[in-house]
Amino acid sequence: MRRTVGAVLRKELRLELRAPQAVPAMALFSVTTLVVFHFALQRGQVDGDLAAGVLWVTLLFAAMLGTSRLFVADHEEGGLDGFLLAPVDRTALLVAKALALLGFLAAVEVVAVPAFGLLLLGPTPDAGAVASLVVVLLLADAGIAVVGTLVSALAVQTRSRDLLVPLLALPLLIPVVIAAAKATTPLFLAGGAEALPGRWLAVLGLYDLVFGLLAYAVFDYLVED
Amino acid sequence: MLYGTRLRALSILAAVTLTAGFGLAFFYAPMDADQGFMQKIFYVHVPLAIVALGGFVFGGIMAIQHLRTRDARYDLRSYVAIHLSLVLGAGVLITGAIWAKASWGHWWVWDEPTLVSFLVVFLLYATYQPLRFSIEDPERQARYASVFAITAGAFVPLNFLAVRLAQAYTHPRVFATTDGGLPGKMQLPFYLCLIGMALLFATLWKYEMASKHTSAQLRSLRRKLGGDDAVAPQGRTAAPSLGTGA
Amino acid sequence: MAAAPAIELAGLTRRYGERVALQDVTLTVPEGATLVVFGPNGAGKSTLLRVLATLLRPHAGTVRVLGRALPDEGWAVRGRIGLLGHAPLLYRDLSARENLAFHARLHGVALEHAWALLERVGLSARANDKVHTYSRGMVQRLAVCRAVLHDPEVLLLDEPRANLDPAAAELVEPLIGASSGRTRIVTSHDPAGGLAEADLALGLRAGRADLVAPASEIDAARIGALYR
Repeated sequence: MRRTVGAVLRKELRLELRAPQAVPAMALFSVTTLVVFHFALQRGQVDGDLAAGVLWVTLLFAAMLGTSRLFVADHEEGGLDGFLLAPVDRTALLVAKALALLGFLAAVEVVAVPAFGLLLLGPTPDAGAVASLVVVLLLADAGIAVVGTLVSALAVQTRSRDLLVPLLALPLLIPVVIAAAKATTPLFLAGGAEALPGRWLAVLGLYDLVFGLLAYAVFDYLVED
Repeated sequence: MLYGTRLRALSILAAVTLTAGFGLAFFYAPMDADQGFMQKIFYVHVPLAIVALGGFVFGGIMAIQHLRTRDARYDLRSYVAIHLSLVLGAGVLITGAIWAKASWGHWWVWDEPTLVSFLVVFLLYATYQPLRFSIEDPERQARYASVFAITAGAFVPLNFLAVRLAQAYTHPRVFATTDGGLPGKMQLPFYLCLIGMALLFATLWKYEMASKHTSAQLRSLRRKLGGDDAVAPQGRTAAPSLGTGA
Repeated sequence: MAAAPAIELAGLTRRYGERVALQDVTLTVPEGATLVVFGPNGAGKSTLLRVLATLLRPHAGTVRVLGRALPDEGWAVRGRIGLLGHAPLLYRDLSARENLAFHARLHGVALEHAWALLERVGLSARANDKVHTYSRGMVQRLAVCRAVLHDPEVLLLDEPRANLDPAAAELVEPLIGASSGRTRIVTSHDPAGGLAEADLALGLRAGRADLVAPASEIDAARIGALYR
């Protein structure tokens, strides 16, 4: 199982490095979205709950872009047949794809979050707040990665996959948005960052667990015939 | 399985129960001091919501059975339950808006976590039919729809939890008593309406199942008698087909 | 004592919606034999291969490959079957080496074996070039490598010599031809050529097995009748 996940993950990362489709587009999109926010909100700076909202909307919509592409290369090369013909556990595909998407999201955030800090964020968070932010990002990304992989596998066989992925994924990710926004609001307060409310981390953790288990249970039915 | 049996009895029972429930709500139940007569829409809104959510869960359970047994009939049961619940869900949102206008003066408020959660759930299930329609292979369509129904079913409680946590207020001031239960004279009409709504759902579900089954059997018979050419090919459709074995 | 047959089909049926792709197909293929499948387009040849490859599950009837019943025991035989279908199943943005390395890792095969195969089909010189720079013949040769990489006992070949010039066909012959010693199911549109390499012939028409017979008992004209 681990060997299979490793093999698929290597292939995913190599493909993305060789013919970058998702990550540069997502990164660029997130920066552009921040600029759009500036004009739409008519503000030079945001803080508190507005800051959290701008950040999470930007990250979420950028994630939607990348998620649609997740299974496209496989689909174009004749489906997942090459993988399905191998004597391997099919769930390895879910794990590998979700890890790949997680990696892509992390790479995008390396660009998007500093850009956000530079362009729109009013108060400058201290090291503790940044560390807390990273924790929230990781937990939220895990949820987005699992749901994104599941939805992308669902949608890749359909005719309108680019439309269907955001339509399916966004409602499913609303608990993540709720928890992530509530969790990061105290980090962006104008009067100085406050502690991270633990209950929202628990919600994110619960979400990741439930959807992780669910995806594990149903994924096989999506790839077989 | 014959879905048409006892359908008339069921329909009559549903109609009677609902009428009784609404009648009692109209005349027997107390008038709310703050919200006035419009509060009575509660007797439609909440039963609709409970039955719709029950329908979604039932659809999810049928979907699990479909994946386990690969019997297309479970897929049809799941499909009918979900799209009926979606229609009921639209009713929930509309009656919720009316209630909100009557109670707080706005057509929509974000303060009611249950209503907000319902909106999210509705938006999610509204993608069920477009998803089905965009997959051409009928077997794959059914399988993917079942995966979706199970995912959405698991999502509903998570969503309610998250939204509720995010809200400062809890759901309605409907229950005016201190112990949180329904005050005496409201109980009978409420439970009657709830049962009536559930019976209505069951009746509509059976009607649609019977109708689809009959169409499938008709096609099957035509094909047996006249060969494959006697039957016009089914175009792209979101509805489950029962295959040639029905 | 006869060895167990490599493939046994009894009443195999596979539907696509209301249409029937395969109807009631019954036949047995002994180990090491070559079955050639004839039939017009849409007759179900590719579907048959995909069912045998464990990619599609039968809707009715039984399928046994190498003694295992599909679909329940498909996982046990997957590593012993090689499929060469219409799609080469190669990532165009990766090189030949990288593609084979991926499949080698999936199947638990040593990478050296993959490089040796590349050498045998004459692709070593271009092994580090991306597949989208290859000609169709080169892609087909690489696809052959992919299909036999894990040394399968059963080969499922969907028009394997398409896009191959005579020189290339000669290179792949020891890997996928009759001399490879493997049990082979090959689809073909060429009555004379197909019969020449067949031990058994199957003629499909509209999903039904119109003809199942040893190759020695039929002639090309009988095959041609399938197409009318």
